[in-house]
Amino acid sequence: MLRITNLKCYYGRIMAVKGVSLSVKKSQIIALIGANGSGKSTLLEAVCGLLPGWEGDIAFEGASLKGCDPTAVVKKGISLVPEGRLIFPPLSVLDNLKLGAYTMYRKREHALVRQTLEKVLELFPILRQRAKQPAGTLSGGEQQMLAIGRALMSHPRLLLLDEPSMGLAPMIVEKIFQILESLRKDGITILLVEQNAQAALQIADHGYVFETGSVVLQGPASELLADQEVKRAYLGKDYGEFYDD
Amino acid sequence: MQEFIQYFFSGITNGAIYAVIAIGFSMLYNSTELINFAHGEFVMLGSMCMITFFGSMHLPLIPAIILAIVCVTAAGLLFERLAIRTVKNPEHIVLIIITVGASIFLRGLGMLIWGKDAFSIPPFSSHPPLDIHGAKLLSQSIWIILIFLLTTVGLQLFYKKTLTGKAMEANAISKRAAWIVGIPSRLMVTLAFGLSATMGAVAGVIIAPVTMCSYDMGTMIGLKGFCAAMLGGLGSLWGALIGGFLLGILEAFGVGFVSSGLKDATAFLLLLFILYVRPGGIISSADVKRF
Ligand SMILES: Nc1ncnc2c1ncn2[C@@H]1O[C@H](COP(=O)(O)OP(=O)(O)O)[C@@H](O)[C@H]1O
Ligand SMILES: [Mg+2]
Repeated sequence: MLRITNLKCYYGRIMAVKGVSLSVKKSQIIALIGANGSGKSTLLEAVCGLLPGWEGDIAFEGASLKGCDPTAVVKKGISLVPEGRLIFPPLSVLDNLKLGAYTMYRKREHALVRQTLEKVLELFPILRQRAKQPAGTLSGGEQQMLAIGRALMSHPRLLLLDEPSMGLAPMIVEKIFQILESLRKDGITILLVEQNAQAALQIADHGYVFETGSVVLQGPASELLADQEVKRAYLGKDYGEFYDD
Repeated sequence: MQEFIQYFFSGITNGAIYAVIAIGFSMLYNSTELINFAHGEFVMLGSMCMITFFGSMHLPLIPAIILAIVCVTAAGLLFERLAIRTVKNPEHIVLIIITVGASIFLRGLGMLIWGKDAFSIPPFSSHPPLDIHGAKLLSQSIWIILIFLLTTVGLQLFYKKTLTGKAMEANAISKRAAWIVGIPSRLMVTLAFGLSATMGAVAGVIIAPVTMCSYDMGTMIGLKGFCAAMLGGLGSLWGALIGGFLLGILEAFGVGFVSSGLKDATAFLLLLFILYVRPGGIISSADVKRF
Protein backbone atom coordinates (compact mmCIF):
# COMPACT_ATOMS: atom_id res chain seq x y z
CA MET A 1 0.00 0.00 0.00
CA LEU A 2 2.82 2.38 0.92
CA ARG A 3 6.28 1.75 -0.42
CA ILE A 4 9.21 3.94 0.47
CA THR A 5 12.42 3.37 -1.46
CA ASN A 6 15.77 4.84 -0.55
CA LEU A 7 14.25 7.99 0.97
CA LYS A 8 16.62 10.82 1.79
CA CYS A 9 15.42 13.97 3.57
CA TYR A 10 17.35 17.12 4.20
CA TYR A 11 17.13 20.10 6.52
CA GLY A 12 19.33 22.49 4.63
CA ARG A 13 22.60 20.59 4.26
CA ILE A 14 21.90 18.14 7.05
CA MET A 15 20.61 14.75 5.99
CA ALA A 16 18.02 13.67 8.57
CA VAL A 17 16.85 10.49 6.81
CA LYS A 18 19.64 8.62 5.05
CA GLY A 19 18.23 6.26 2.47
CA VAL A 20 15.39 4.44 4.18
CA SER A 21 13.26 1.80 2.49
CA LEU A 22 10.15 0.31 3.98
CA SER A 23 6.82 -1.03 2.94
CA VAL A 24 3.41 -1.12 4.50
CA LYS A 25 0.81 -3.66 3.39
CA LYS A 26 -2.92 -3.18 3.59
CA SER A 27 -4.51 -3.58 7.03
CA GLN A 28 -1.15 -3.88 8.74
CA ILE A 29 0.13 -1.99 11.72
CA ILE A 30 3.75 -1.06 11.16
CA ALA A 31 5.80 0.34 14.01
CA LEU A 32 8.73 2.71 13.58
CA ILE A 33 10.75 2.88 16.75
CA GLY A 34 13.98 4.58 17.65
CA ALA A 35 15.50 7.20 19.87
CA ASN A 36 14.70 10.89 19.81
CA GLY A 37 16.15 12.64 16.76
CA SER A 38 16.56 9.48 14.69
CA GLY A 39 14.44 10.83 11.83
CA LYS A 40 11.07 9.18 12.38
CA SER A 41 9.00 12.37 12.33
CA THR A 42 10.95 13.59 9.33
CA LEU A 43 9.96 10.47 7.41
CA LEU A 44 6.29 11.02 8.21
CA GLU A 45 6.54 14.65 7.15
CA ALA A 46 8.00 13.61 3.82
CA VAL A 47 5.11 11.21 3.25
CA CYS A 48 2.57 13.93 4.07
CA GLY A 49 4.04 16.48 1.72
CA LEU A 50 5.08 18.75 4.58
CA LEU A 51 8.74 18.45 3.74
CA PRO A 52 9.70 19.45 0.21
CA GLY A 53 12.84 18.34 -1.54
CA TRP A 54 13.18 14.73 -0.49
CA GLU A 55 14.93 12.20 -2.72
CA GLY A 56 14.09 8.59 -3.47
CA ASP A 57 10.55 7.48 -3.90
CA ILE A 58 7.36 7.28 -1.88
CA ALA A 59 4.54 5.42 -3.59
CA PHE A 60 1.02 5.16 -2.23
CA GLU A 61 -1.18 2.53 -3.86
CA GLY A 62 1.23 2.44 -6.76
CA ALA A 63 1.32 6.19 -7.45
CA SER A 64 4.30 8.36 -6.48
CA LEU A 65 3.71 11.13 -3.97
CA LYS A 66 6.51 13.23 -5.41
CA GLY A 67 5.45 16.89 -5.60
CA CYS A 68 2.18 16.38 -3.73
CA ASP A 69 1.29 19.11 -1.26
CA PRO A 70 -0.41 18.14 2.03
CA THR A 71 -3.87 18.83 0.64
CA ALA A 72 -3.27 16.42 -2.24
CA VAL A 73 -1.90 13.79 0.13
CA VAL A 74 -4.95 14.02 2.39
CA LYS A 75 -7.21 13.76 -0.65
CA LYS A 76 -5.42 10.56 -1.69
CA GLY A 77 -6.37 8.96 1.62
CA ILE A 78 -3.42 9.51 3.94
CA SER A 79 -3.94 11.24 7.26
CA LEU A 80 -1.43 12.31 9.90
CA VAL A 81 -1.84 12.52 13.65
CA PRO A 82 1.10 14.83 14.26
CA GLU A 83 3.58 14.89 17.08
CA GLY A 84 2.23 17.17 19.79
CA ARG A 85 -1.34 16.71 18.47
CA LEU A 86 -1.61 20.17 16.88
CA ILE A 87 -5.32 20.56 17.46
CA PHE A 88 -6.93 24.00 17.17
CA PRO A 89 -7.25 24.96 20.88
CA PRO A 90 -9.67 27.91 20.65
CA LEU A 91 -12.11 26.08 18.36
CA SER A 92 -14.73 23.69 19.67
CA VAL A 93 -14.16 19.95 19.60
CA LEU A 94 -16.84 19.63 16.93
CA ASP A 95 -15.25 22.32 14.76
CA ASN A 96 -11.90 20.58 15.10
CA LEU A 97 -13.45 17.37 13.84
CA LYS A 98 -15.27 19.12 11.00
CA LEU A 99 -12.07 20.79 9.88
CA GLY A 100 -10.55 17.33 9.69
CA ALA A 101 -13.15 16.67 7.01
CA TYR A 102 -12.20 19.80 5.04
CA THR A 103 -11.20 17.88 1.94
CA MET A 104 -14.33 15.70 2.19
CA TYR A 105 -16.56 18.76 2.31
CA ARG A 106 -14.72 20.12 -0.70
CA LYS A 107 -15.48 16.87 -2.52
CA ARG A 108 -19.14 17.46 -1.59
CA GLU A 109 -19.30 14.25 0.43
CA HIS A 110 -21.58 15.70 3.08
CA ALA A 111 -23.42 12.45 3.78
CA LEU A 112 -20.17 10.56 4.21
CA VAL A 113 -18.88 13.25 6.57
CA ARG A 114 -21.96 12.91 8.74
CA GLN A 115 -21.50 9.15 8.83
CA THR A 116 -17.81 9.41 9.65
CA LEU A 117 -18.47 11.96 12.37
CA GLU A 118 -20.97 9.59 13.95
CA LYS A 119 -18.42 6.77 13.84
CA VAL A 120 -15.70 8.91 15.37
CA LEU A 121 -18.00 10.03 18.17
CA GLU A 122 -18.88 6.40 18.83
CA LEU A 123 -15.23 5.49 18.92
CA PHE A 124 -14.51 8.34 21.35
CA PRO A 125 -17.65 8.94 23.41
CA ILE A 126 -15.80 11.52 25.48
CA LEU A 127 -15.58 13.77 22.41
CA ARG A 128 -19.35 13.72 22.12
CA GLN A 129 -19.65 14.89 25.71
CA ARG A 130 -17.16 17.65 25.06
CA ALA A 131 -18.39 18.56 21.58
CA LYS A 132 -19.12 22.21 22.34
CA GLN A 133 -16.07 22.85 24.51
CA PRO A 134 -12.96 24.62 23.22
CA ALA A 135 -10.47 21.90 22.34
CA GLY A 136 -7.81 23.57 24.47
CA THR A 137 -9.77 22.75 27.63
CA LEU A 138 -9.47 18.98 27.11
CA SER A 139 -7.01 16.83 29.03
CA GLY A 140 -3.92 15.50 27.27
CA GLY A 141 -5.47 12.11 26.58
CA GLU A 142 -8.67 13.65 25.27
CA GLN A 143 -6.67 15.95 23.02
CA GLN A 144 -4.86 12.95 21.61
CA MET A 145 -8.19 11.27 20.95
CA LEU A 146 -9.38 14.44 19.26
CA ALA A 147 -6.28 14.50 17.09
CA ILE A 148 -6.91 10.89 16.05
CA GLY A 149 -10.60 11.60 15.51
CA ARG A 150 -9.79 14.64 13.41
CA ALA A 151 -7.41 12.58 11.27
CA LEU A 152 -10.11 9.94 10.77
CA MET A 153 -12.58 12.56 9.55
CA SER A 154 -10.89 12.70 6.14
CA HIS A 155 -11.73 9.01 5.72
CA PRO A 156 -8.13 7.85 5.34
CA ARG A 157 -7.02 4.42 4.19
CA LEU A 158 -3.59 4.98 5.71
CA LEU A 159 -3.24 6.57 9.13
CA LEU A 160 0.14 7.91 10.25
CA LEU A 161 0.62 8.49 13.96
CA ASP A 162 3.57 10.33 15.47
CA GLU A 163 4.11 9.39 19.10
CA PRO A 164 0.48 9.20 20.16
CA SER A 165 1.50 7.99 23.63
CA MET A 166 3.72 10.96 24.39
CA GLY A 167 3.04 12.42 27.82
CA LEU A 168 0.07 10.18 28.58
CA ALA A 169 -0.62 7.89 31.52
CA PRO A 170 -0.17 4.16 30.81
CA MET A 171 -3.88 3.48 31.16
CA ILE A 172 -4.74 6.01 28.49
CA VAL A 173 -1.98 4.77 26.23
CA GLU A 174 -3.48 1.32 26.48
CA LYS A 175 -6.89 2.66 25.54
CA ILE A 176 -5.53 4.49 22.53
CA PHE A 177 -3.65 1.45 21.35
CA GLN A 178 -6.80 -0.63 21.67
CA ILE A 179 -8.53 1.85 19.44
CA LEU A 180 -5.73 1.57 16.89
CA GLU A 181 -6.25 -2.18 16.83
CA SER A 182 -9.96 -1.74 16.28
CA LEU A 183 -9.25 0.69 13.44
CA ARG A 184 -7.06 -1.90 11.82
CA LYS A 185 -9.92 -4.38 12.03
CA ASP A 186 -12.03 -1.84 10.15
CA GLY A 187 -9.49 -1.99 7.36
CA ILE A 188 -7.40 1.10 8.10
CA THR A 189 -3.69 0.65 7.63
CA ILE A 190 -1.51 2.18 10.32
CA LEU A 191 2.04 3.45 10.38
CA LEU A 192 2.89 4.07 14.02
CA VAL A 193 5.91 6.06 15.16
CA GLU A 194 6.67 5.48 18.83
CA GLN A 195 9.33 5.84 21.43
CA ASN A 196 7.24 3.57 23.62
CA ALA A 197 8.61 0.58 21.72
CA GLN A 198 7.17 -2.05 24.01
CA ALA A 199 3.59 -0.92 23.56
CA ALA A 200 3.99 -0.27 19.85
CA LEU A 201 5.53 -3.64 19.05
CA GLN A 202 2.80 -5.43 20.99
CA ILE A 203 0.12 -4.32 18.56
CA ALA A 204 2.29 -4.10 15.42
CA ASP A 205 2.76 -6.75 12.75
CA HIS A 206 6.12 -5.55 11.65
CA GLY A 207 8.64 -3.13 13.07
CA TYR A 208 11.53 -0.97 11.91
CA VAL A 209 14.19 0.32 14.26
CA PHE A 210 15.65 3.73 13.40
CA GLU A 211 19.01 5.06 14.41
CA THR A 212 20.37 8.43 13.24
CA GLY A 213 18.42 8.42 10.02
CA SER A 214 18.80 4.81 8.98
CA VAL A 215 16.95 1.58 9.60
CA VAL A 216 19.27 -0.59 11.65
CA LEU A 217 16.91 -3.47 12.30
CA GLN A 218 13.61 -4.71 11.01
CA GLY A 219 11.44 -7.75 11.30
CA PRO A 220 8.18 -9.15 12.58
CA ALA A 221 7.14 -7.34 15.72
CA SER A 222 7.26 -10.48 17.87
CA GLU A 223 10.87 -11.11 16.87
CA LEU A 224 11.86 -7.53 17.62
CA LEU A 225 10.21 -7.78 21.01
CA ALA A 226 12.38 -10.78 21.80
CA ASP A 227 15.54 -9.35 20.25
CA GLN A 228 18.31 -8.79 22.79
CA GLU A 229 19.62 -5.75 20.97
CA VAL A 230 16.24 -4.03 20.89
CA LYS A 231 15.59 -4.94 24.49
CA ARG A 232 18.82 -3.40 25.59
CA ALA A 233 18.42 -0.23 23.58
CA TYR A 234 14.71 0.56 23.67
CA LEU A 235 12.67 -1.63 25.93
CA GLY A 236 14.63 -1.21 29.12
CA LYS A 237 13.48 2.34 29.80
CA ASP A 238 10.43 2.85 31.86
CA TYR A 239 8.45 5.44 29.96
CA GLY A 240 5.63 5.14 32.45
CA GLU A 241 7.50 7.50 34.72
CA PHE A 242 7.01 10.47 32.47
CA TYR A 243 3.49 11.55 32.02
CA ASP A 244 1.42 14.59 32.83
CA ASP A 245 -2.05 13.20 32.69
CA MET B 1 -26.56 68.35 26.24
CA GLN B 2 -27.44 69.03 22.64
CA GLU B 3 -23.79 69.69 21.85
CA PHE B 4 -22.75 66.55 23.62
CA ILE B 5 -25.15 64.41 21.59
CA GLN B 6 -24.06 66.11 18.40
CA TYR B 7 -20.40 65.29 19.06
CA PHE B 8 -21.37 61.78 20.06
CA PHE B 9 -23.13 61.24 16.71
CA SER B 10 -20.14 62.54 14.86
CA GLY B 11 -17.96 60.27 17.03
CA ILE B 12 -19.83 57.07 16.33
CA THR B 13 -19.99 57.83 12.63
CA ASN B 14 -16.24 58.23 12.42
CA GLY B 15 -15.85 55.38 14.87
CA ALA B 16 -17.72 53.01 12.58
CA ILE B 17 -15.40 53.96 9.74
CA TYR B 18 -12.26 53.50 11.83
CA ALA B 19 -13.62 50.19 13.08
CA VAL B 20 -14.13 48.84 9.56
CA ILE B 21 -10.59 49.85 8.62
CA ALA B 22 -9.22 48.42 11.86
CA ILE B 23 -10.96 45.11 11.17
CA GLY B 24 -9.13 44.96 7.85
CA PHE B 25 -5.77 45.41 9.59
CA SER B 26 -6.61 42.95 12.35
CA MET B 27 -7.92 40.26 10.07
CA LEU B 28 -4.83 40.24 7.92
CA TYR B 29 -2.59 40.36 10.97
CA ASN B 30 -4.45 37.38 12.35
CA SER B 31 -3.88 35.32 9.25
CA THR B 32 -0.38 36.37 8.32
CA GLU B 33 1.06 38.39 11.20
CA LEU B 34 1.62 41.12 8.67
CA ILE B 35 0.71 44.76 8.96
CA ASN B 36 -0.37 45.95 5.57
CA PHE B 37 0.78 49.53 5.24
CA ALA B 38 -1.05 49.74 1.93
CA HIS B 39 -4.39 49.18 3.65
CA GLY B 40 -5.23 52.88 3.62
CA GLU B 41 -4.70 52.89 -0.13
CA PHE B 42 -7.40 50.26 -0.50
CA VAL B 43 -9.70 52.63 1.36
CA MET B 44 -8.69 55.32 -1.12
CA LEU B 45 -9.40 52.96 -4.04
CA GLY B 46 -12.84 52.26 -2.57
CA SER B 47 -13.65 55.96 -2.33
CA MET B 48 -12.30 56.77 -5.78
CA CYS B 49 -14.17 53.87 -7.38
CA MET B 50 -17.33 55.28 -5.78
CA ILE B 51 -16.49 58.71 -7.20
CA THR B 52 -16.23 57.13 -10.64
CA PHE B 53 -19.16 54.70 -10.53
CA PHE B 54 -21.65 56.73 -8.49
CA GLY B 55 -20.41 60.27 -9.03
CA SER B 56 -19.39 60.33 -12.71
CA MET B 57 -21.08 57.32 -14.28
CA HIS B 58 -24.27 57.79 -12.26
CA LEU B 59 -24.81 54.08 -11.71
CA PRO B 60 -27.61 53.32 -9.23
CA LEU B 61 -26.38 53.26 -5.64
CA ILE B 62 -26.34 49.54 -4.87
CA PRO B 63 -24.66 48.40 -8.13
CA ALA B 64 -22.12 51.20 -7.72
CA ILE B 65 -21.28 50.04 -4.19
CA ILE B 66 -21.01 46.40 -5.21
CA LEU B 67 -18.89 47.21 -8.24
CA ALA B 68 -16.53 49.36 -6.16
CA ILE B 69 -16.14 46.64 -3.55
CA VAL B 70 -15.54 43.96 -6.19
CA CYS B 71 -12.89 46.07 -7.93
CA VAL B 72 -10.98 46.79 -4.72
CA THR B 73 -11.20 43.20 -3.53
CA ALA B 74 -9.80 42.09 -6.87
CA ALA B 75 -6.99 44.60 -6.40
CA GLY B 76 -6.30 43.06 -2.97
CA LEU B 77 -6.16 39.54 -4.40
CA LEU B 78 -3.92 40.71 -7.21
CA PHE B 79 -1.64 42.44 -4.71
CA GLU B 80 -1.17 39.18 -2.80
CA ARG B 81 -0.65 37.14 -5.94
CA LEU B 82 1.78 39.51 -7.63
CA ALA B 83 3.65 41.22 -4.83
CA ILE B 84 3.46 38.93 -1.79
CA ARG B 85 3.39 35.36 -3.02
CA THR B 86 6.17 35.85 -5.51
CA VAL B 87 8.66 36.81 -2.80
CA LYS B 88 11.37 34.16 -2.74
CA ASN B 89 12.42 34.74 0.82
CA PRO B 90 9.25 35.75 2.63
CA GLU B 91 10.69 37.18 5.80
CA HIS B 92 8.48 39.43 7.81
CA ILE B 93 10.39 42.61 7.42
CA VAL B 94 10.67 42.08 3.65
CA LEU B 95 6.92 41.62 3.30
CA ILE B 96 6.15 44.67 5.41
CA ILE B 97 8.47 46.79 3.30
CA ILE B 98 6.69 45.45 0.23
CA THR B 99 3.39 46.71 1.64
CA VAL B 100 4.97 50.13 2.13
CA GLY B 101 6.14 50.00 -1.47
CA ALA B 102 2.69 48.96 -2.59
CA SER B 103 1.15 51.93 -0.81
CA ILE B 104 3.41 54.30 -2.73
CA PHE B 105 2.63 52.47 -5.95
CA LEU B 106 -1.13 52.59 -5.39
CA ARG B 107 -1.02 56.27 -4.52
CA GLY B 108 0.83 56.91 -7.78
CA LEU B 109 -1.65 54.81 -9.67
CA GLY B 110 -4.51 56.73 -8.05
CA MET B 111 -2.95 60.00 -9.13
CA LEU B 112 -2.58 58.76 -12.70
CA ILE B 113 -6.20 57.62 -12.89
CA TRP B 114 -8.00 60.35 -10.99
CA GLY B 115 -5.52 63.24 -11.02
CA LYS B 116 -4.67 65.42 -8.07
CA ASP B 117 -8.09 66.98 -7.55
CA ALA B 118 -10.31 66.18 -4.61
CA PHE B 119 -13.82 64.93 -5.27
CA SER B 120 -16.92 64.20 -3.31
CA ILE B 121 -20.25 62.56 -4.03
CA PRO B 122 -23.73 63.38 -2.73
CA PRO B 123 -25.03 61.35 0.24
CA PHE B 124 -26.48 57.93 -0.59
CA SER B 125 -29.99 59.27 -0.02
CA SER B 126 -31.43 62.73 0.48
CA HIS B 127 -33.50 62.16 3.60
CA PRO B 128 -33.56 65.11 5.99
CA PRO B 129 -31.43 64.62 9.11
CA LEU B 130 -33.07 63.08 12.16
CA ASP B 131 -33.58 65.49 15.00
CA ILE B 132 -32.78 63.97 18.39
CA HIS B 133 -32.90 66.40 21.34
CA GLY B 134 -31.88 69.18 19.03
CA ALA B 135 -28.89 67.28 17.67
CA LYS B 136 -28.89 66.26 14.03
CA LEU B 137 -28.14 62.77 12.82
CA LEU B 138 -27.37 62.97 9.10
CA SER B 139 -28.80 60.39 6.76
CA GLN B 140 -25.29 59.48 5.60
CA SER B 141 -24.37 58.73 9.22
CA ILE B 142 -27.24 56.29 9.35
CA TRP B 143 -26.05 54.70 6.11
CA ILE B 144 -22.54 54.43 7.52
CA ILE B 145 -23.70 52.78 10.71
CA LEU B 146 -26.06 50.43 8.89
CA ILE B 147 -23.43 49.32 6.41
CA PHE B 148 -20.94 48.96 9.26
CA LEU B 149 -23.37 46.69 11.14
CA LEU B 150 -24.10 44.66 8.04
CA THR B 151 -20.40 44.19 7.37
CA THR B 152 -19.46 43.13 10.88
CA VAL B 153 -22.37 40.76 11.28
CA GLY B 154 -21.67 39.32 7.84
CA LEU B 155 -18.02 38.84 8.67
CA GLN B 156 -18.83 37.21 11.97
CA LEU B 157 -21.26 34.81 10.28
CA PHE B 158 -18.64 34.03 7.67
CA TYR B 159 -16.07 33.12 10.33
CA LYS B 160 -18.42 31.17 12.57
CA LYS B 161 -20.76 29.48 10.14
CA THR B 162 -18.97 28.71 6.89
CA LEU B 163 -16.38 26.04 6.27
CA THR B 164 -14.10 28.48 4.48
CA GLY B 165 -14.36 30.93 7.36
CA LYS B 166 -13.51 28.26 9.88
CA ALA B 167 -10.67 27.05 7.72
CA MET B 168 -9.31 30.61 7.62
CA GLU B 169 -9.55 30.79 11.37
CA ALA B 170 -7.85 27.41 11.73
CA ASN B 171 -5.12 28.58 9.40
CA ALA B 172 -4.66 31.68 11.54
CA ILE B 173 -4.40 29.57 14.69
CA SER B 174 -1.79 27.22 13.27
CA LYS B 175 -0.65 27.05 9.67
CA ARG B 176 1.01 23.74 10.24
CA ALA B 177 -2.07 22.14 11.79
CA ALA B 178 -4.21 23.51 8.97
CA TRP B 179 -1.81 22.10 6.38
CA ILE B 180 -1.96 18.72 8.07
CA VAL B 181 -5.73 18.41 7.85
CA GLY B 182 -5.59 19.35 4.18
CA ILE B 183 -6.60 23.01 4.32
CA PRO B 184 -4.84 24.78 1.45
CA SER B 185 -2.90 27.24 3.53
CA ARG B 186 -1.81 29.51 0.69
CA LEU B 187 -5.34 29.92 -0.56
CA MET B 188 -6.40 30.97 2.95
CA VAL B 189 -3.75 33.66 3.02
CA THR B 190 -4.89 34.91 -0.39
CA LEU B 191 -8.44 35.01 0.90
CA ALA B 192 -7.35 36.98 3.94
CA PHE B 193 -5.75 39.58 1.68
CA GLY B 194 -8.90 39.71 -0.41
CA LEU B 195 -11.22 40.06 2.57
CA SER B 196 -9.01 42.66 4.17
CA ALA B 197 -9.16 44.69 0.97
CA THR B 198 -12.93 44.25 1.01
CA MET B 199 -13.00 45.88 4.45
CA GLY B 200 -10.92 48.74 3.11
CA ALA B 201 -13.29 49.08 0.17
CA VAL B 202 -16.35 49.20 2.42
CA ALA B 203 -14.76 51.96 4.47
CA GLY B 204 -13.84 53.86 1.32
CA VAL B 205 -17.33 53.54 -0.10
CA ILE B 206 -19.14 54.81 2.97
CA ILE B 207 -16.89 57.81 3.57
CA ALA B 208 -16.95 59.05 -0.03
CA PRO B 209 -19.93 61.37 0.64
CA VAL B 210 -18.60 62.77 3.92
CA THR B 211 -15.03 63.60 3.01
CA MET B 212 -13.00 65.08 0.19
CA CYS B 213 -11.55 62.15 -1.73
CA SER B 214 -8.24 62.30 -3.49
CA TYR B 215 -5.41 59.98 -4.42
CA ASP B 216 -3.52 60.73 -1.21
CA MET B 217 -6.34 60.36 1.30
CA GLY B 218 -5.29 56.82 2.21
CA THR B 219 -2.29 57.69 4.33
CA MET B 220 -4.06 59.52 7.12
CA ILE B 221 -7.18 57.37 7.22
CA GLY B 222 -5.04 54.23 7.07
CA LEU B 223 -2.96 55.38 10.01
CA LYS B 224 -6.08 56.21 11.99
CA GLY B 225 -7.45 52.75 11.32
CA PHE B 226 -4.13 51.28 12.33
CA CYS B 227 -4.20 53.26 15.58
CA ALA B 228 -7.70 51.99 16.24
CA ALA B 229 -6.58 48.40 15.66
CA MET B 230 -3.58 48.82 17.96
CA LEU B 231 -5.70 50.56 20.54
CA GLY B 232 -8.22 47.74 20.69
CA GLY B 233 -5.64 45.00 20.35
CA LEU B 234 -4.31 43.90 16.98
CA GLY B 235 -5.73 40.56 15.86
CA SER B 236 -9.03 40.76 17.67
CA LEU B 237 -12.36 41.61 16.07
CA TRP B 238 -13.83 43.04 19.25
CA GLY B 239 -10.63 44.96 19.78
CA ALA B 240 -11.01 46.56 16.36
CA LEU B 241 -14.58 47.56 17.16
CA ILE B 242 -13.74 48.98 20.58
CA GLY B 243 -10.64 50.74 19.27
CA GLY B 244 -12.50 52.22 16.32
CA PHE B 245 -15.37 53.65 18.35
CA LEU B 246 -13.16 54.82 21.19
CA LEU B 247 -10.97 56.70 18.75
CA GLY B 248 -13.95 58.15 16.87
CA ILE B 249 -15.69 59.37 20.01
CA LEU B 250 -12.60 60.77 21.73
CA GLU B 251 -11.65 62.53 18.53
CA ALA B 252 -15.07 64.13 18.24
CA PHE B 253 -15.07 65.29 21.88
CA GLY B 254 -11.51 66.52 21.55
CA VAL B 255 -12.47 68.62 18.57
CA GLY B 256 -15.73 69.79 20.14
CA PHE B 257 -14.67 70.60 23.65
CA VAL B 258 -10.96 71.30 23.40
CA SER B 259 -9.67 72.40 20.05
CA SER B 260 -10.18 71.48 16.43
CA GLY B 261 -6.42 71.35 16.10
CA LEU B 262 -6.57 68.23 18.22
CA LYS B 263 -8.40 66.10 15.64
CA ASP B 264 -5.59 64.22 13.97
CA ALA B 265 -3.38 64.31 17.02
CA THR B 266 -5.91 62.39 19.10
CA ALA B 267 -5.19 59.11 17.36
CA PHE B 268 -1.47 59.33 17.87
CA LEU B 269 -1.69 60.56 21.46
CA LEU B 270 -4.02 57.68 22.22
CA LEU B 271 -1.70 55.24 20.51
CA LEU B 272 1.31 56.45 22.47
CA PHE B 273 -0.71 56.25 25.66
CA ILE B 274 -1.92 52.70 25.06
CA LEU B 275 1.51 51.50 23.96
CA TYR B 276 2.84 52.89 27.21
CA VAL B 277 0.26 51.46 29.62
CA ARG B 278 -0.91 48.33 27.78
CA PRO B 279 1.19 47.48 24.74
CA GLY B 280 -1.07 44.62 23.64
CA GLY B 281 -4.08 46.91 23.28
CA ILE B 282 -7.31 46.87 25.24
CA ILE B 283 -8.16 43.32 24.22
CA SER B 284 -4.67 41.99 24.13
CA SER B 285 -4.40 39.03 21.79
CA ALA B 286 -2.42 37.28 24.50
CA ASP B 287 -5.66 37.18 26.54
CA VAL B 288 -8.20 36.55 23.84
CA LYS B 289 -6.89 35.23 20.62
CA ARG B 290 -8.47 35.59 17.24
CA PHE B 291 -11.80 36.55 15.88
N1 LIG C 1 12.99 21.80 11.39
C1 LIG C 1 14.20 21.22 11.51
N2 LIG C 1 15.31 21.90 11.11
C2 LIG C 1 16.53 21.33 11.21
N3 LIG C 1 16.76 20.11 11.67
C3 LIG C 1 15.70 19.38 12.10
C4 LIG C 1 14.37 19.90 12.03
N4 LIG C 1 13.53 18.97 12.50
C5 LIG C 1 14.29 17.93 12.85
N5 LIG C 1 15.60 18.16 12.62
C6 LIG C 1 16.71 17.24 12.84
O1 LIG C 1 16.47 16.07 12.11
C7 LIG C 1 16.77 14.93 12.86
C8 LIG C 1 15.58 14.00 12.93
O2 LIG C 1 14.54 14.59 13.68
P1 LIG C 1 13.12 13.93 13.85
O3 LIG C 1 12.68 13.43 12.53
O4 LIG C 1 12.25 14.91 14.53
O5 LIG C 1 13.45 12.71 14.80
P2 LIG C 1 12.45 11.83 15.67
O6 LIG C 1 11.06 12.13 15.24
O7 LIG C 1 12.90 10.45 15.38
O8 LIG C 1 12.69 12.21 17.07
C9 LIG C 1 17.22 15.41 14.23
O9 LIG C 1 18.63 15.35 14.27
C10 LIG C 1 16.76 16.82 14.29
O10 LIG C 1 17.67 17.61 15.02
MG1 LIG D 1 9.60 12.89 16.41
